[in-house]
Amino acid sequence: MAVNDDVTRADERGSQAPAPAPLDVPVATQHEIDDEMAAAQEAAPAGLRQPLVDFRPYRSSELRHPTKDLRHADPEEIELFAPVFGHRDVDPIEADLTLNPGGEPIGERIRIRGRVLDGDGRPVAGQLVEIWQANAAGRYVHKRDQHPAPLDPSFLGVGRAITGPDGGYEFVTIKPGPYPWKNHQNAWRPAHVHFSLFGTEFTQRMVTQMYFPGDPLFALDPIYQAITDQRARDRLVSVYDHDVSEHEWLLGYRWDIVLTGTHSTPMEPEEGEHA
Amino acid sequence: MTTPEPTDRSGEIANASGDLVPTPGQTVGPFFGFALPYERGHELVPPTTPGAIRFHGTVYDGAGDPVPDALVEITQADADGRVHGAEGTLARDGMTWSGWGRCATTRAGTYSFTTVEPGAVDGRAAFFAVTVFARGLLNRLFTRAYVPGDDAALAADPLLSGLDEVARRSLVAVREDDGSLRFDIRLQGEDETVFLTYPRHEP
Repeated sequence: MAVNDDVTRADERGSQAPAPAPLDVPVATQHEIDDEMAAAQEAAPAGLRQPLVDFRPYRSSELRHPTKDLRHADPEEIELFAPVFGHRDVDPIEADLTLNPGGEPIGERIRIRGRVLDGDGRPVAGQLVEIWQANAAGRYVHKRDQHPAPLDPSFLGVGRAITGPDGGYEFVTIKPGPYPWKNHQNAWRPAHVHFSLFGTEFTQRMVTQMYFPGDPLFALDPIYQAITDQRARDRLVSVYDHDVSEHEWLLGYRWDIVLTGTHSTPMEPEEGEHA
Repeated sequence: MTTPEPTDRSGEIANASGDLVPTPGQTVGPFFGFALPYERGHELVPPTTPGAIRFHGTVYDGAGDPVPDALVEITQADADGRVHGAEGTLARDGMTWSGWGRCATTRAGTYSFTTVEPGAVDGRAAFFAVTVFARGLLNRLFTRAYVPGDDAALAADPLLSGLDEVARRSLVAVREDDGSLRFDIRLQGEDETVFLTYPRHEP
């Protein structure tokens, strides 16, 4: 498959017609994908915390996952180091995605508030959180997104923040819409916000997606369902919190992110923290 | 508009599971290009810096085709083997050493950083710590790109010395004629890059 071919065919969206799946397998129906997901989940070990990377219902993964086991490495000094971000890097207004010279974006205004914690429950302070998302109609400001939904000139869908001393972050944005993609026939992604996160060590780096409670598309989505354990999937779902909502202004969601544990000596958890 | 006083919930974990267990990763997807790359993110030092080299390569899929929508990040020691970085990682002011860079692959699947060769830390084999993200890749991958040349240090390396020749070769960058270091990343296949897991990572 040539490079250009890969770009046009395997992009998650690109035209209204479903594109051929990788390896020229006929485009599957949702029912076929459902059956594949059920079989893959049945075969997976119980209680996995991370997604399978070999999860064929997500067609784009087929040629892009390692087939050999990950190799255990003891972290060396450079792997115990993480980049140092700070307020010099990020303007606080970057955490408000609704601020645009063109005016108020269309959609349901929301706040997402949460904390970044390490695997021992300690706050990750002063680190960068990056987010990106579709607009309220389910369209990204990306030239390869050809979903025929309207672009919103007042919404870019990119935000950044530096966590506070308690690991806290907060974004004001618009609730993203679900959108169709070309994985299979009538495939729709649940509404989500992409998050990019750093810990205090290289080993903690992660990128993930935050979802909204009660989305009817959860069961149908092979990216979300690549996490085979229900409790693990739930960790990507924010909670609605009326205390975070604002009178006549916005609705509030809370979502805490837990990174893997560090390799420094764990401290005694403070009272009230989960050990 | 006032922000209401948040209820104190510092002892709770706010997600639908509510437990203190690491959050799963998800694919970076196809649309990170307007969000994550930033100006000179691939320049750990300005190109005019004495000793500056290119650290570059191609990301390949299991069919041997280049991956045009991957994101590569590196973390490294400085040329003296010191591990440090000053606040200002996103601000490429030409003076601040951050030891970190980010580069999205091109349509040809290539990436290229401008940096200095990492020095050996405590006399151990020097390497770039590398993270790979891509559409189609459901979780990030970690690997190492060792600097070639110091055969004694490479032979003594605990990770490399436990690998067979093909696997070992996948982790050592290649010195090109122009002095650059090339490190191709193969996500899948016979000569697949060795990807790493660390203690405290649970599947």
